[in-house]
Amino acid sequence: MQKKLGLPESQIAKARDLAVQITKPVINFIDAHTTTAVERAALRLVGVDGADSNGVPVSNIIIDQLRGKLEGGALRWYVNALLRTGQSPEAMNVQIANGHKLTEHPLADQMAIEAKGTELANQYLARICSNRQHREEKLEQFIGNNHDPLLYAIVATGNIHEDVKQAQAAAWQGADVIAVIRTTAQSLLDYVPYGATTEGFGGTYATQENFRIMREALDKSSEQLERYIYLTNYASGLCMPEIAAMGALERLDMMLNDSMYGILFRDINMYRTFVDQKFSRMINAYAGIIINTGEDNYLTTSDAVEKAHTVLASQFINERFALEAGLLPKQMGLGHAFEIDPDIKNGFLFEVAQAQMAREIFPEAPLKYMPPTKFMTGDIFKGVVQNAMFNFASKLTNQGIHLLGMLTEAIHTPHMQDRGLALDNAKYVMNNMADLGSEITFRRDGVIVKRAHRVLTETIEFMESVASIGLMESMEQGAFADIKRPRDMGKGLDGLIKKGSDYWNPIEKAIAVK
Amino acid sequence: MFIRSYGDTIDDGAVQLSFTLPVPCNAKGCEAARQYAEKLGFSHADVVHSHPLSDGYSFYVVYGKTKVSVDYDQIQVEEATGDKLYSMETACEIIRQRIGRKVVIVGACTGFDAHTVGIDAIMNMKGYNHHYGLERYSEVNAHNLGAQVPNEKLIDYAEKINADAILVSQIVTQKDIHIQNLTEFIELIQSKGLREKFILCIGGSRIGNKLAVELGFDAGFGQGTYAEHVATFVVDRLLARV
Repeated sequence: MQKKLGLPESQIAKARDLAVQITKPVINFIDAHTTTAVERAALRLVGVDGADSNGVPVSNIIIDQLRGKLEGGALRWYVNALLRTGQSPEAMNVQIANGHKLTEHPLADQMAIEAKGTELANQYLARICSNRQHREEKLEQFIGNNHDPLLYAIVATGNIHEDVKQAQAAAWQGADVIAVIRTTAQSLLDYVPYGATTEGFGGTYATQENFRIMREALDKSSEQLERYIYLTNYASGLCMPEIAAMGALERLDMMLNDSMYGILFRDINMYRTFVDQKFSRMINAYAGIIINTGEDNYLTTSDAVEKAHTVLASQFINERFALEAGLLPKQMGLGHAFEIDPDIKNGFLFEVAQAQMAREIFPEAPLKYMPPTKFMTGDIFKGVVQNAMFNFASKLTNQGIHLLGMLTEAIHTPHMQDRGLALDNAKYVMNNMADLGSEITFRRDGVIVKRAHRVLTETIEFMESVASIGLMESMEQGAFADIKRPRDMGKGLDGLIKKGSDYWNPIEKAIAVK
Repeated sequence: MFIRSYGDTIDDGAVQLSFTLPVPCNAKGCEAARQYAEKLGFSHADVVHSHPLSDGYSFYVVYGKTKVSVDYDQIQVEEATGDKLYSMETACEIIRQRIGRKVVIVGACTGFDAHTVGIDAIMNMKGYNHHYGLERYSEVNAHNLGAQVPNEKLIDYAEKINADAILVSQIVTQKDIHIQNLTEFIELIQSKGLREKFILCIGGSRIGNKLAVELGFDAGFGQGTYAEHVATFVVDRLLARV
């Protein structure tokens, strides 16, 4: 990649140092805690599955049974019951759904529990490894057939079977990535619904069965089109790690997975989110999943010109948390967005500055670039032009994951033709000016270069203030996205648990990066 | 005066359409699209473009002419503020002069809806599209509670701070979920005996004044409305009570 902005390496290194300082106290906190969601995710990775007749998942039933006993981790109780009864996980899951209590069994010898737990964990982790291997083989088989950047389309009908039709049509039209948008408010459910679903609002429930159905459909499309179709969902909200576990088991390829998004935009408790994001990212790292971070959201609530530095600061912080969880740079789909007011003179130059800056600072990351949404008006004809400008900026600055802008943004969830027209738009623009980026450089004293330098400088000033106050304190004061989140408020705080000295989680142990 | 759509000659009734049919893209699909447009009531239907969206779906752009017309003189609209619109400065001046205290407005996007974009456009200091939000109004105490706020919590909060007006934003309208939620809001506030205590407004990109009034709210604000429209309505309602 040719660097065009002349950003001082010393400043970039300084920002990375600040990210280490900012995240360190939080990481110490994370490592001393678990959550009900982390335990549920780990349970699912030793065989817990299913739900009772009211739809309550077995993983939630177990956690409810173990309230007050979780400082040592939930897994020893489950594995202990398997040992004591000699039953398979499948049979035990049915019994638990029927009311069987894990606490009825006195704990066996810890050595025996650990041996059995490790055996079960290895079985499920082997499945994840084989998923990862399968993906790598298919990407190798179809190498060169995906677009660059990857063209990413969403489906959101509420009905997984209708989603399949829309997703397969989008793949046929040229999409490389399909994201199944979740039903509104799923992020605030403290459980993952069970089974295939056909009702949702503004999206479709993320369930393991829905993942499986869509995966199977997209695998068919991949073979037919000879292009690997990536599947995306949302490891965010109160079930962040559990969704990551399900995605790893069903071979999802990307997960929305931000370290701070839930705190700011869903009012989830910050302690809970910080702990949850770490374990979910460890699972994603192990499964070879690319995470997408949510910096674009800062710009839908704050102004994209004035608050550009908060996006870059968040990218640095997300990168640091991701490295701590074992994610490789090539798995970091750091987010940003084309959200500057279209009426601003030279707004496009600012967009190019921001996108090029992110490209140069995070050279290996498949940057996730979000389309205009805030200034889409319902004028679908103007919308097509706005999206064309976005497509142009994305290709010019060599972004990694390109969310397609819909001409009907702000009107409805996309109709099939909206997606088709968006793909035609992107393919036309990106093919027609494919190598323009490598043909041009920017004036050293020009608008684009000066803008990028200014944003980087402001980012460092902002990160210095966050580092001196502390990340959690800064979030309490509204430093990010103008949203104030007190540390003892927000949803899910009751699921936070301090790890005991006897805490045991064979999944965490196995997937931690040594 | 009867009017119809205008292409390049008065009364030509020209309309452009685009739609998808669940059939392959071929000559038969194009003819199906043409006949479909004719059945919709258009004459001279002309399929000017088609392309496949997948093996089994195809997209069409069609032009046609219609004889349908509407009597413009009989058209009535129910807009919350009509043609009247106070600027931020005027609204604040009226509040200072004639109300003599700060006007308290609380807003939220309620129910499961997670989108703050609508309520932020009306309330945030920054505003939207060069129209400042209510937080910028010196004579308004604006409280923006954000998204996914339960209706009950919004009503309790409004009561606690003795609000003059409550703004409910709804962005997600798929399967009419907003109707359910707004109906629940009205029923809840009525059951608490608080309906007449507040000026109740709803807003969102698919919301109109007509819907608002039908559901039992005082006003509705849709596409193209800004903080000025809401402020104008609230100020006039308060003046009517003075």
